[in-house]
Amino acid sequence: MNIWLVMLLGGLITFGMRFSLIYLFGRFQVPETMRKALHYVPPAVLSAIIFPELFLREGALDLSLDNARLLAGLVAIVVAWFSKNTLITIIAGVVALFLLQFLLFPR
Amino acid sequence: MSEQIKNFWAGVQAEIPLLIGVFPFGLIYGALALNAGLSTAAAQMMSSIVFAGSAQFITAQLVHEAAPGFVILLTIAVVNLRHMLYSASLAPYLASIPTRWKVLLSYLLTDEAYAPTILHYEKEGITPHAHWFLLGAGFSLWFNWQISTALGIFLGAAIPESWSLDFALPLTFIAMVVPVLKNRAAIAAALSAGIVALFAFSLPYKLGLILAALVGILVGTILEGRESPGEAL
Repeated sequence: MNIWLVMLLGGLITFGMRFSLIYLFGRFQVPETMRKALHYVPPAVLSAIIFPELFLREGALDLSLDNARLLAGLVAIVVAWFSKNTLITIIAGVVALFLLQFLLFPR
Repeated sequence: MSEQIKNFWAGVQAEIPLLIGVFPFGLIYGALALNAGLSTAAAQMMSSIVFAGSAQFITAQLVHEAAPGFVILLTIAVVNLRHMLYSASLAPYLASIPTRWKVLLSYLLTDEAYAPTILHYEKEGITPHAHWFLLGAGFSLWFNWQISTALGIFLGAAIPESWSLDFALPLTFIAMVVPVLKNRAAIAAALSAGIVALFAFSLPYKLGLILAALVGILVGTILEGRESPGEAL
């Protein structure tokens, strides 16, 4: 699918959700279960993206110590935990990856 | 000053602290969207067509992974489902405005516009010009998002390609996810989704992502039912 079509449909979906209950006021209530489930969308979706990025190399599980992305990711998790700051976390992770690649695979 | 303008500026003022927090995200989005392979025009237009921060980051990542369109759309739908809650919660305060206003304000209804607006509405109750407050909050955030995206694209274009910043997107997601891991149910949701994502990685069309997300949401919801209510959030 063309990226512009994806963006257009993605925009329509997003708009539709924002508009839905303002428009349907009183005619539909959000079920309690869905209300609860929504708390878990961010941890679930984000982790589903993060884990393969850290643990897989060319599609195969790599738990070894020369998996630089995994180690740099762990550094970023610790930094995120203490700093609560996006920019600092990104910089720490990128620097960690750079240093680890240099240490593990010196040219 | 008319009541309308007064409400509009009150909305802008309430939004200012959030603008400061959102600006770096726009920068990062703009820079990383280019790096993920989006064109300058697509990266910029996504900020006005989709106008939803986390969904835009995830779309950039999925474009980078060459995920098919329907999987990207499904993910956007899951990620943005929370906007239905905002829509439901603001509805009573916006019940009497014309539909064209409802359309405009829905387009502007982001997390960061919702937060100060609902606080204001709960304090003030239902008032005739309340929609101007949301317009002020929503429009100032929209403007801020377009400018920060543009600046991010500009900076991103200056970063040499040899730097290979593709790891910065997962790092952004790490920075987003760590603060929401506040209780056991959320941690379990994250771990179960992550592990399923590893095992389901080879499923066609990147459907493993959707499956993993659904398992994580299910695990979190079931566990929350067992913990004392109010512990989650």
